Amino acid sequence: MSKDAGPGGPTMAETTTRIGFIRNEGRRLMDRWWQEMTAADAAGRPTAYVFVMGSLDEILRVFDLPINCPEITSLQTAVRGRSLEYLQTAEGYGYSPDICGYVKADVGLQLKDRRHPNGTVPKPALAIATNMCNTYIKWAEIWEQMYHCPVFVLDLPAWRGGDAAPRLDSDAFRNDRRYVEGQLRDLIGLCERLTGRRFDIDRLREAMAEVNRMAAAYHAVLALNRHRPAPFSAIREGIVFQGISNLYRGAPEGSRFFEGAAEELRERIHLGMGTLNEKYRLLLTGTTCYAALKRFAELFEEWGGVFVHSTYMVFAGGGFASDFAYDVSRPIESLAETLLLSAWRGFSTPMFYAQDWLAETVRDWSVDGICFHGVKSCRTTSTGLPDVREWLRTHFDIPGLFIQSDLVDPRMWSDAQLKNRIDAFIESLAGRRATGSNEAANAAR
Amino acid sequence: MASAHSVDAILEDCRALVEDPGFPAVHRWLEANPGGKVLGHFQVYFPEEIPHAAGMLPVKILGAGSAVQIRKADARIAAFVCSIIRSSLELALTGRLDFLSVFVTPPICDAARNACGVWVRNLPQLNCQMLYLPQNVTSPHALPYLRDEYRRIAGVVEEAAGRPITEDALRRSVALFNENRRLLRELHRVKRETPWLLSAVEAYTLVRAGGVMPREEHNVLLREVLDLLPQRPGKRQDKIRVVFEGGYCEQPPADLLAVIQDACYIVDDDLLIGLRWLTEDVPAGGEPFANLAAAYLDGSTYSPVQHDPRKPKSEMLLRRIREAKAEAAIVAAPKMCEPGLEEQVNHIRALEGAGIPHLVMEFEEKMTVFEQMRMEVETFAESLLLDFA
Repeated sequence: MSKDAGPGGPTMAETTTRIGFIRNEGRRLMDRWWQEMTAADAAGRPTAYVFVMGSLDEILRVFDLPINCPEITSLQTAVRGRSLEYLQTAEGYGYSPDICGYVKADVGLQLKDRRHPNGTVPKPALAIATNMCNTYIKWAEIWEQMYHCPVFVLDLPAWRGGDAAPRLDSDAFRNDRRYVEGQLRDLIGLCERLTGRRFDIDRLREAMAEVNRMAAAYHAVLALNRHRPAPFSAIREGIVFQGISNLYRGAPEGSRFFEGAAEELRERIHLGMGTLNEKYRLLLTGTTCYAALKRFAELFEEWGGVFVHSTYMVFAGGGFASDFAYDVSRPIESLAETLLLSAWRGFSTPMFYAQDWLAETVRDWSVDGICFHGVKSCRTTSTGLPDVREWLRTHFDIPGLFIQSDLVDPRMWSDAQLKNRIDAFIESLAGRRATGSNEAANAAR
Repeated sequence: MASAHSVDAILEDCRALVEDPGFPAVHRWLEANPGGKVLGHFQVYFPEEIPHAAGMLPVKILGAGSAVQIRKADARIAAFVCSIIRSSLELALTGRLDFLSVFVTPPICDAARNACGVWVRNLPQLNCQMLYLPQNVTSPHALPYLRDEYRRIAGVVEEAAGRPITEDALRRSVALFNENRRLLRELHRVKRETPWLLSAVEAYTLVRAGGVMPREEHNVLLREVLDLLPQRPGKRQDKIRVVFEGGYCEQPPADLLAVIQDACYIVDDDLLIGLRWLTEDVPAGGEPFANLAAAYLDGSTYSPVQHDPRKPKSEMLLRRIREAKAEAAIVAAPKMCEPGLEEQVNHIRALEGAGIPHLVMEFEEKMTVFEQMRMEVETFAESLLLDFA
């Protein structure tokens, strides 16, 4: 590959290029994880089912428990164009069309002997669910019924309404922290009993140090998209980042991936490579529709619209709040405290009280408009989106588009209707630009 | 509410109370207690003893049924969210809850947790809080956590009420609510054992009134009803005995329950289960916050929104059916209710496994047409009567 970066710039032939690293290494790591899942199933190796918001991979790695992330495997059924058969299997079993599509895709997977288009997932020996999404708990109860595996629910009380920021010196926060720390010690005991292995606190420190390293690189990656033109799409590459940040949390390969990704993105910037001919910088609130991932992006990209950030990259990308850092000198205490802060700033507020985070991101990532994607089967990400949109419009003059489809259900995708709304939104952004409204609003923020 | 001296008259008063979205009993209390403060709490369970001990009136906020047209809330909440979330918000946005000083919602589901953010943004004058009730209830750390979480809420309440909560006041409130729960248990016993004396709709109306009126008055009312019921004329009919499951949060319309009870005796249910969440008296002695926390964790019933490995929900439903000597179950869920619809599948499997006939239905609090359901219920009941004959 040789591409001229422009007058005076280096050519790619002159350097060791990182271009293609994200795509190739992301695919390699994802393939490897699937091979491990399939091998674990074949060997009958105990596996933990976890969720992306509070996976506790730091602890599970100490016990060499491989993790299955059913949100990711469900999402992948849709990306592979196969979600409908899994959804219909679950609906045939009795699950309503109105419940979480991820749950149903996974139930379908379990009912189909855990055979996924990418491999086979092992049975759960343990399920861990946090309260960050109440559906996690109901979902884990389904596995409990199917496999009679222990379900460990980790309460992360965190945000209570009202105050947007936690007060670390308050009695309430201290109470939450004590509770979370106690529960983590309970989980360690459960893992010891389950695996027959002694807990090794130094291995916990190692895993936490790797998560710190990953979080720093993850933030570097996100920050690079402040550049104009944005070097990556929060929808297209974003899905890769979310997958690796969760499946390789606490593993050196995961940290190295994000460090390599940051290098590639810097190189893209240096070479003037944007994702496309960028005209409008967009922010996605909620998730995309994985059953129409490419089309979802195209509907904006054909107008030069690029998603430079998303709330999903925060709450489903590891919950790395801006000052995320474990203190490995006091590992369990710090894990409890940082999990709580992640629950507050990384999981809760970007979903349940998102207006401040969105307004800051619009300012810092030079966003022209926000797409609020209501997911029919996900009350967690979608319930209050119309209200947040209205709040940002009236308080900060931030334009927003509210559209609806689903996570993984292709039956919920209405192409013509969505195209009409997206076209009209982009035209309104063009109108704002013509009248200078965007610049005026940004200056006022 | 004045003593009416007949069950029918009391029921008529209660019906008027629960069907009026203007909260008349709350306004009467405020007139009688100038400067009094009101705390509203969303489903399912809230320790009402805490605001009561501070002199506040606790009021259950559980939607508006079909009494209120939802206009403003629809612009704030996504379309695929259950009705109780939007109608509760509609009550607030239309000024019907302007009497509230504090609103507390436990994050029972993903919609309720989101709704708290919507309330905070739209009702800046109102102190909106989440009470985080544990899901890891078997952890030894849950009790001290919940005790201190109750103390945190007590701090919010004290600030709103303008007065401290003493332990003695809290113990007196616990005693009052213990008595209320005892009376509710007794009411349910009467309905379970002699449903021809007290129908499910009537019992429901009496229970629901307790959520929107001072509990002292509710206790008087329940005692009077319980005294009067044995003399009430009523004749046992040949009806199938069923348990209704699915009313723990959004409430089915009373007309829907009436359709069911036209064909069956609803001998037990989980309607407004939060008002009788605690199944035993909270101890009067000792530390009251810790006692309330222990009662929540260890002396309570079940619902789809609490995870407790000691209380597998479908087994608890089978137990409820056995204890009520019911022959069948109606397994309902509100439309768009994630936990309810998911639990429904487990319940159906368990009922099939136990060979218990059941009818599955979805409802919405604001539904007004019941003919299709009437036909389904009648067909269900008739088929069972023929089977059992």
